[in-house]
Amino acid sequence: MMDTPSLEKNREPLVKVRNLKKHFPIRKGLVFNRKIGAVKAVDDISFDIHAGETLGVVGESGCGKSTTGRAILRLEKPTAGSVVIDGREITELGREEIRKIRPEMQMIFQDSYASLNPRHSIGNIIAEPMQIHTGHTAEQMRARVMELLDLVGLNPNHYNRFPHEFSGGQRQRINIARALSLNPKFIVCDEPISALDVSIQAQVINLFEDLQKELGLTYMFIAHDLSMVQHISSRVAVMYLGKIVELTTRERLFCEPLHPYTQSLISAIPIPDPILERKRKRILLNDEVPSPANPPKGCVFHTRCPIAEPECSQTPPEVKEIFNGHMVACLKADQRNGSLIPA
Amino acid sequence: MVKLNRDKIRNKKILDVHNLVTRFHTFDGVVNALSGVTFHLNHGETLGVVGESGSGKSVTMMSLLHLLPAPPAKIEGGQAFYYGDEAPVDLLTLNKSGISRIRGDHIGFIFQDALSALNPVMTVGRQIGETLVEHLGMSPSAAMKRSVELLAYVGIPEPKKRAAAYPHQFSGGMRQRAMIALSIACEPNIIIADEPTTALDVTVQAQIIELVQRLKKEMDMSVIWITHDLGVVAGMADRVMVMYAGHVVETAPVDDIFYRPSHPYTIKLLGALPKMGETVHHRLESIDGVPPDLLEKPVHCQYAWRCHMARERCWEDIPKSRQMGDRHRAACFLDVAKEEA
Repeated sequence: MMDTPSLEKNREPLVKVRNLKKHFPIRKGLVFNRKIGAVKAVDDISFDIHAGETLGVVGESGCGKSTTGRAILRLEKPTAGSVVIDGREITELGREEIRKIRPEMQMIFQDSYASLNPRHSIGNIIAEPMQIHTGHTAEQMRARVMELLDLVGLNPNHYNRFPHEFSGGQRQRINIARALSLNPKFIVCDEPISALDVSIQAQVINLFEDLQKELGLTYMFIAHDLSMVQHISSRVAVMYLGKIVELTTRERLFCEPLHPYTQSLISAIPIPDPILERKRKRILLNDEVPSPANPPKGCVFHTRCPIAEPECSQTPPEVKEIFNGHMVACLKADQRNGSLIPA
Repeated sequence: MVKLNRDKIRNKKILDVHNLVTRFHTFDGVVNALSGVTFHLNHGETLGVVGESGSGKSVTMMSLLHLLPAPPAKIEGGQAFYYGDEAPVDLLTLNKSGISRIRGDHIGFIFQDALSALNPVMTVGRQIGETLVEHLGMSPSAAMKRSVELLAYVGIPEPKKRAAAYPHQFSGGMRQRAMIALSIACEPNIIIADEPTTALDVTVQAQIIELVQRLKKEMDMSVIWITHDLGVVAGMADRVMVMYAGHVVETAPVDDIFYRPSHPYTIKLLGALPKMGETVHHRLESIDGVPPDLLEKPVHCQYAWRCHMARERCWEDIPKSRQMGDRHRAACFLDVAKEEA
């Protein structure tokens, strides 16, 4: 059902990201305002997203997953690198040009309340992109809003209600309706379900899947909840301190993770199955993520890596393709087979 | 009454709560936060409490320790017996000094948001020291020494240096460790952890769970762990209590909850979770609708609106909790296992 995209390899990907970097300067001083360093939020990452697939992006807070999403949509100007969406290089486009192609790419944010204007009715909120980008008449827009509300599972007659009258899950549906109003091809979902309760999360995830089937959407799904990412994605990228450390299909990532960070991340997910849980061994990482303003030399993960060798603190690993489409950035990845966890 | 005593001998209850009713009197009306919550905690066990936001998980525990602001909160009924080292006491009837002695010495509380739970203008070491001076009557210098030991005990590197630091100088995980150090300072018999890992990353969450389990064993404590993550519960709880809209809908040993759930809500909640390592993609089961408005006084099963099995009866009366199996109780009129078959 969902694994077709890997077969479409020869086709040009919808989104092509090459050597993307986003560094935020750290400044000091009032008068001269010198740049004394940079937070390397995203540091030299490359990947493709094929039309119709869902690329999951996971990692701990501060690993740069949201910044990646924002840089791809030009909500942040990338420091370096290229982003090609649907054959068009967008990193160098000016304000007006970028605005013209905005309808094709949309974003859904985590905080469903903060991203809706509390003083506008949801009808207005959903119609706003159409006011800016299309020449629809008021009548046409109203019809389209009703259609969208119905599509995301809300009552079209609630057109005139305000955001505070809806629950968290419903507000996220309003955000989705707005994002869909201009028929986008590509949607970046930035932790769209992490603020919702479990039973509501399932509703929203099912909606995302239905819409993808119906409208042929392409998603970049950013989350820290690995089990949900595993559920919805066709391929998954694992990020750590601004770098992609592993990227592969979801089946391979969860059955045969190769990077020690991925392995520990997967071993740390609590599984809702007591017997499995009792049998599991966790790879506990020491410490916490180092500061992205001062990332470790060599492999960024070597300070926490359970199998780090002296070499790892010297040479930064290249991203290598270990297996058909399975990319790993680890010096030791090809010398090792299977899991770190002793069976 | 006779039965209750027998249970007590067999399982050695340390906390026994009956029919706890808490309401919030707000301008919009009366919020029925808890409508008769009954549960117990056995000596040495970990009780997982799960439910959606607003189901009353936190309010239950905060009611017991008088941590809710009153007004608007008002505890309007129930009993909560704590069987400590001395004679049993009803926590709900204690006065201010009585409950404050229980809070520190007997029941420790770990909050979700350690940054707002800790005092931002006092060093972590002093905060722990203050508790020790207050509750155990230690001298300030002995208390300071002990707080450094406690920080080391919960796995904070360079404890001496960290004791002199302020909460904002700690990372999320370290702050939660400091919070735990504070709550175990007086060696309580019970630890109540209110979503202590919800704000943390999975790898840090795994560290914190490991830590609490180690402390529980070493200090011989009982743990109540509130969470919305059924995965966490599966890994660490002995027994699980599922709450919905101010009611306890099901309590059972952890395996029964996951493999033999008896309440339609529990069943649906488990179906809503993605399965790890599934090879075939399946659709998540979702529960339609949203939790009920607690401003309305419950007159029937609170889950009936969303229940896929609701019958006429469910709309007429509030189901009482009944025995479904050994140590397994659920508040549902239906025999779910029979209905599904």
